[in-house]
Amino acid sequence: MPVIFSLGDGAVTIDLGNQLSEALNGKVLAMNQWLRQHPFTGQKDIITAYSSLTLVFDPTLIKAHYRPAHTIFEWVRDQLLDAYHQSGATVSQAPVRHQIPVFYGGNDGPDLAALAAAKGMRAEELIHIHTATVYRVYMIGFLPGFAYLGEVDPLIAQPRKEKPVPVAAGSIGIAGSQTGIYPLPSPGGWNIIGRTPLQMFNPQSQFPVLLKAGDEVVFYPTQGL
Amino acid sequence: MSLTIIKPGLLDTIQDLGRPGYSCWGINPGGVMDGYAARIANMLVGNDPGAAVMEIHFPAAQILFEQNALISITGADFTPTLNDNELVSTWRPIVVRRNTILHFPQWVQGSRCYLAVHGGFCVPQWLDSYSTNLKAGVGGFHGRKLEKGDELPFKENSIYFAGLLKETREYQPLNWRVDTGRTYQLPHEIKITTGHEWSQLSAASQRDMLDSNFIIHPFSDRMGYQLRGVPLKRQVNTELLSSGVSFGTVQLLPDGQLILLMADHQTTGGYPRVAHVISSQLPKLAQLRPSDSIQFQLVDTPTAEELLFSQEHELSIIQRACHDHLNQLVW
Repeated sequence: MPVIFSLGDGAVTIDLGNQLSEALNGKVLAMNQWLRQHPFTGQKDIITAYSSLTLVFDPTLIKAHYRPAHTIFEWVRDQLLDAYHQSGATVSQAPVRHQIPVFYGGNDGPDLAALAAAKGMRAEELIHIHTATVYRVYMIGFLPGFAYLGEVDPLIAQPRKEKPVPVAAGSIGIAGSQTGIYPLPSPGGWNIIGRTPLQMFNPQSQFPVLLKAGDEVVFYPTQGL
Repeated sequence: MSLTIIKPGLLDTIQDLGRPGYSCWGINPGGVMDGYAARIANMLVGNDPGAAVMEIHFPAAQILFEQNALISITGADFTPTLNDNELVSTWRPIVVRRNTILHFPQWVQGSRCYLAVHGGFCVPQWLDSYSTNLKAGVGGFHGRKLEKGDELPFKENSIYFAGLLKETREYQPLNWRVDTGRTYQLPHEIKITTGHEWSQLSAASQRDMLDSNFIIHPFSDRMGYQLRGVPLKRQVNTELLSSGVSFGTVQLLPDGQLILLMADHQTTGGYPRVAHVISSQLPKLAQLRPSDSIQFQLVDTPTAEELLFSQEHELSIIQRACHDHLNQLVW
């Protein structure tokens, strides 16, 4: 059964289990879809993560509009339980698949050589393994449009670095069994193996981020134009 | 209809009540740090509480009003002064004459103040909000802090209010001000509710969190306050998958120290959430500064909700009173 807890007096989280699992993430996205289709007055934001969903709300609006008998927390908890029971196992649409070109190694992937060496393989093998998986976008967080993708082949999984270093926009990194793309220049601790020329975050666009939770991503090596 | 920054401050940005609704894209809500002061600043000049305001840190900008304007300054007290010598009060509407310069020579208390102008600042909205997202470089005034020479237009003219200026004076405070009541009282006592991982703290650490003082480290900003105090111990060491966090979340870092997430926090985080500062105390928290100390006080959820409702009720009374006062002046 899911655990529901307060995240302060303006947000409630439903946690389906602290596990990186496609099934749990699918259920999170299904609840997200259901809540967006059945919004209540005072619903402000929804944060979806690997295996949890957080509903952010305005307690004063809920009180004025619904006059709940008990606390606002209990009222929102009931909305989340409803969403849990009423939503399906996953979202109704088929996932969108993105093909992402990557310049591997060199200045674009400063950690590629060291990572390959640590794994006892040639850089080409590591690239081959990284491009052979269809990744799932589990969540967007950390930065606008930063996609957490899973899971990388255990052969190339690597813990994040001890200390964050400056990372360029478009950089593709590995941290544990996750891989991800930095949409903006930022300090970061992921092992950077390449960089994509695609813009992951464009504030001027009507849809400012390229990837969404539930999408699929396939990387392919490119040498540029 | 504008004002110009003639000398930039440390960090002055255009903000509103934030940009909720886009966390699914990793875009945080941001917005003002002290929502209570920012809303009252707007109410005092007859604006919608969510109009764009200027959030000002110390050392603050010097500002030239190129038009007559009805303004208010709330939040921190940085001794707002007009044309070198006229100290003006905070939490009060003031009519200023064109070519008046506003500056803030001295810090007295608080961390950030809010400047509102009648009509609000005219900047484009990004994703339904005027707030500046500094990390993404978008929103507010060109996605950045205000610099020398920036010219900020107002949405409306304060023509009605200009008639209140006496010929000999550069400015005219109107004869009412807002009493902030309980909101900023006992500034170092911060009320929290327990977070989901509170029960994972050892009993001694739970006591330490409630009985000892925590100091706000200089390395603190709009994203979060780093706290220094007795290191706290978690009894389990399971790693948590990233999940949602909110303004006021208190996270436990691996070294046993705490971090308090503020307005510009990321949408998600993976550190244990040991507590959450209750919403009605975020304004008070937003006015604390590095090296200030905090004592946490535990309250339950019904209490947190009641305190928020009472603050919101007070704000609705202030809004009505400001509206009535201004209407009587104009008509």
